[in-house]
Amino acid sequence: MATFDLVFTLRQGGFALEIANAISARALALFGPSGSGKTTIVEAMAGLRTPQRGRIAVNGRVLFDSDTHVNVSPRERRVGYVPQDVLLFPHMDVRANVLYGRRNGGAVPLPRLADLLELEPLMTRDVASLSGGERQRAAIARALLSGPDVLLLDEPLAAVDVPRRQRITAALLRIRDELNVPIVYVTHAIDEAIAVAEHAIVLDAGRVVASGPAAEILK
Amino acid sequence: MIEIHEIARFTTAAALAATLLMLVPGVALAWVLARRRFPGKAVVEAIVSLPLVIPPVATGLVLLWLLGRRGPVGRLLEPLGIEIVFTPLAVVIAMAVMGLPLLVRTARPGFEQVTRRYEQIAETLGAGPWRVFATITLPLAARNILAGALLGFSRALGEFGATIVVAGSIPGRTRTLAVGIYSFAETGQDTAAAILVAISVAIGFGAVLISNLLLPADAGSYK
Repeated sequence: MATFDLVFTLRQGGFALEIANAISARALALFGPSGSGKTTIVEAMAGLRTPQRGRIAVNGRVLFDSDTHVNVSPRERRVGYVPQDVLLFPHMDVRANVLYGRRNGGAVPLPRLADLLELEPLMTRDVASLSGGERQRAAIARALLSGPDVLLLDEPLAAVDVPRRQRITAALLRIRDELNVPIVYVTHAIDEAIAVAEHAIVLDAGRVVASGPAAEILK
Repeated sequence: MIEIHEIARFTTAAALAATLLMLVPGVALAWVLARRRFPGKAVVEAIVSLPLVIPPVATGLVLLWLLGRRGPVGRLLEPLGIEIVFTPLAVVIAMAVMGLPLLVRTARPGFEQVTRRYEQIAETLGAGPWRVFATITLPLAARNILAGALLGFSRALGEFGATIVVAGSIPGRTRTLAVGIYSFAETGQDTAAAILVAISVAIGFGAVLISNLLLPADAGSYK
């Protein structure tokens, strides 16, 4: 079980996000239509956006707290962030990408990860030649090798062919349960949210409209 | 003919040295102008481009004042036994100053095109600022930097006005292609001048051509 403290206000341009949830779950789904603030939440968790006020903590480790002026740099946050557009480094092959943030101690061993995400045939490939699912697997591996406290996935199946989706979902469940890496899973697909996450937060226009067990509130 | 060969060799070597000399400050300036906001930025931009628009002879005179024995830089170097004016080093410095604006102006859009989010992802993976710069920013801007360096090199190769003021035209010591063309033409040595013109055209054409090929329409493909 991981704990997520997400209590903050973030305004940018005309958009305002308000969230005040403390959740215990192995995986948390952020569910809602585009523009509802899902991505803003994971970017704030990764330290790429700064809330005006509030507090963000994962497993009790405070990443941001406006009251005590804590704002841990993205580099020190130990979050494995895979954005929706994946952002594999275009000038490196898959191996160099995957190993970029490798941290000794704490991180998942590479052979284990290679097996879990079926990486071996990809390692020498050029990033531009990868399919949507292959990109996603490489990016998840890259994030996990940095030894993160939490894996933040933004619409990880959006660019993946339907037949490949189940295998990635299965890999994610093993990452969650066997490697014990908690997951925050951004999606606008109900079945994905229910498959991966026990708890879901439903967002609309920057506000939390529901929060509870994924299978119950998303039915 | 031996002199022509010597002039071509010296000019190419000096232009290469000038390119190396301008590389670090040029890349640093391009990055700062692409990424930082600070008071007086427009003034810094204007100063960097100044050698492109003022008469090169004027740039040469400014360098002469700075580097001459009584100049602020020359005075510091004199006790060390280092003299710059009218030496090959003066040629290299004049070339570097004249080439720098082209390097900065070409490299800058390269840094502007690098998607910040690649750098942010590298940060979340634990990379510090120098590692991010060396492994993400610099390689993604490399085409522009290389194209800018080639343009700077070409400019250095053809430099005349600043060079003749600060380095003179000493055969076998500071005489460059451009200065050589002028000297030979002045003294009626038309064949020698024509050969130097041909050499200038060949090297300059090659450098500009490669520079342009490095900056095709998809120069921003790493978006």
